[in-house]
Amino acid sequence: MLECQNGNQAVVEETSLLMIFVTFNLSIIALFALPSLCQPNILVTCLHFSATMPLSTQSQADEEQYVFVASLDNARNLSNILKAITFKDHAIFSATPNGLKVTVEDSKCLQANAFIQADIFQEFTIREDLVGFQVNLTVLLDCLNIFGGSTVPGVSTALRMCYKGYGYPLTLFLEEGGVVTVCKINTQEPEEPIDFEFCSSNVTNKVILQSESLKEPFSELDMTSEVLQITMSPSQPYFRLSTFGNSGNAHYDYPKDSDMVELFKCTKTQTNRYKMSLLKPSTKALALSCKVSVRTDSRGFLSLQYLVRNDDGQICFVEYYCCPDEEVE
Amino acid sequence: MDCVVTGGNVKVLAKAIHSLSRIGDELYVEPQEDALALRSVNSSRSAYACFLFAPLFFSRYTIPSGHAFRCKMAIKSVQAVFRSLASLEKTVEKCHIELDKQKSRLTFTLHCKHGLLKTHNLSFQDSESLQAVFDKDSCANVFRAQPRLLVDTVVHFPPSLEEVTVAVSDERMWVRNHVDEEAEQSKAMLTELCLASDEFDHFAVGAHNSVTFCLKELRGLLVFAESTGLPISMYFDEPGSPVVLSVTDSVLEGDFVLATLSDDPNHRKNNSRRAHTPPPPPPDDFMNDDIDAYLIAMDTSIAPGPSATGPPTPSLARSTFSKQPAAANHKTRIHSEEEEEEEEEDEKADLDRPPNKKFCSLFFGSVLPPSSQMSTQPVTSQEVLASDSEDDT
Repeated sequence: MLECQNGNQAVVEETSLLMIFVTFNLSIIALFALPSLCQPNILVTCLHFSATMPLSTQSQADEEQYVFVASLDNARNLSNILKAITFKDHAIFSATPNGLKVTVEDSKCLQANAFIQADIFQEFTIREDLVGFQVNLTVLLDCLNIFGGSTVPGVSTALRMCYKGYGYPLTLFLEEGGVVTVCKINTQEPEEPIDFEFCSSNVTNKVILQSESLKEPFSELDMTSEVLQITMSPSQPYFRLSTFGNSGNAHYDYPKDSDMVELFKCTKTQTNRYKMSLLKPSTKALALSCKVSVRTDSRGFLSLQYLVRNDDGQICFVEYYCCPDEEVE
Repeated sequence: MDCVVTGGNVKVLAKAIHSLSRIGDELYVEPQEDALALRSVNSSRSAYACFLFAPLFFSRYTIPSGHAFRCKMAIKSVQAVFRSLASLEKTVEKCHIELDKQKSRLTFTLHCKHGLLKTHNLSFQDSESLQAVFDKDSCANVFRAQPRLLVDTVVHFPPSLEEVTVAVSDERMWVRNHVDEEAEQSKAMLTELCLASDEFDHFAVGAHNSVTFCLKELRGLLVFAESTGLPISMYFDEPGSPVVLSVTDSVLEGDFVLATLSDDPNHRKNNSRRAHTPPPPPPDDFMNDDIDAYLIAMDTSIAPGPSATGPPTPSLARSTFSKQPAAANHKTRIHSEEEEEEEEEDEKADLDRPPNKKFCSLFFGSVLPPSSQMSTQPVTSQEVLASDSEDDT
């Protein structure tokens, strides 16, 4: 499905040649790089070529049908933050006038949320108070990177994300260098995200650290250990990460007066264990972030909040909630 | 045991452990009066490495009083302590190694920047002393070169290459890849580098020999030597005798002992009681299928200290050699008629002799002498016949 608009005959002929060439190349990319596109999750992927700005060629009538439209000049601002929560396929999208929240859950014990505020988007239109849908996150990420996700400065993929409402697919228009790809991803019935009932009034201990100081320990965590034990205490060892692996145990201690600790507010000594397999995906969020807030509540539930700065210097948040491991000795 | 390593020495220690991990799966730790010994041996016992860190290397060095302590532990777990090698220099200020006898734990504590404290409590097993006996000073050929020279030489060989052959004359050293005789000759590629004697810091040739040994372990030592900038010394005698690669500093010493492929029929004759005249050596002595084992006695003496143990005497070598069990041959061999004949005879006459082997079998006998009379009289010997180093991957 190729369209050419707006141009004299010579231009169209020129672009027609180009079209075939590019289409061919891209279908190769799609075949090799995007195996998940072959799933029923996605309806159509097609390419548009145009001499004009393709993302602005949507007819006014079309526009009015959408209950949710969001555009980004740089799709990486969305794809990067979604990568930080990619550990399961199903992602629940909830859009409100404030912005977009994407939730991924695992085993009813772990929940990750990515918050992208409305002002991060160049356009953010929502016709209802809440628009919710569920899509396959892996497919969505593959689509967002359909042009290869180049990190070369000055080269970016523009994105326009549209949703007509319940039962309709999520439509993505992606444009890079005058080439447009349209991806339609089937939506699913949105599930209700688990409420971890983690409220700030119940928080017993809270430490804010610069992510830099946690990256190394997290990257070298002993994966033979089933759990990661977190100790937070007003007295020594203040903030401790422990693993218990095959070859022995390891502790990482942070003093409360370290220059990597921005805030230290612990009221009670708490030692909780969390499944390593559940917490490991949070390393992706940690890698992107510049600050992290570690909180535990009176029940031992863990909240990790990551402050992520995107390519344009804007701030987004990623949050992980995790249940403690029951089998504490 | 209570040792503290500070500053740049932490990285030296970490690099030493990483290069030992190229040898074997286990790290043997032995705090001695005069040095902390870290050793490793590969599973086929054809490669052995030892680092000795003098007390001056540490800012504090206390060893257990009373009876000697030695242990072995999974080298991977020690490597994990020093995982981020790149950032180690910048982040780690001090490394504290302490023995907790009650809990049977060896504790590595890294004091990092920003007050971060990393504590690794590693479990260990008691072990006997691991000590290969070799005498590098009696070697006919001695060379010393800056690590750069060897790094630049080794870089020309593909990572998959297992063995290299080093040949020497009075003026030159040739390093070439060892081409397996069984390999299809049409597909084989030979790479040879010629190094002039003036590229070396020291170049002393006593015997125009060539030896073939494994490249993997050499690469391991090169990583260490390059990062510490220490020159590498190389000692070897004849095919079948081990090649010793060493780095030495005022506070540390590293020795890598690698088995070499043996091909000297006379050597074998010495070790067998046959009157049969050996076949003449083939034109290319590296392509020879005939192989002998060289013996390295491993001293599991109760008394610690490598200094107390002398090199094996030839008589020891011979006497233990005959006890060597026949090892399973790991490769299908293609022999010339002559060799086959010879092997047949082997089977009849010398059942206690090891069969001909394609590649080096380095023999580590484990001798337990009374502490007073160590090096000459083996009392018991628990032999382990090495198989091919290829098995050790």
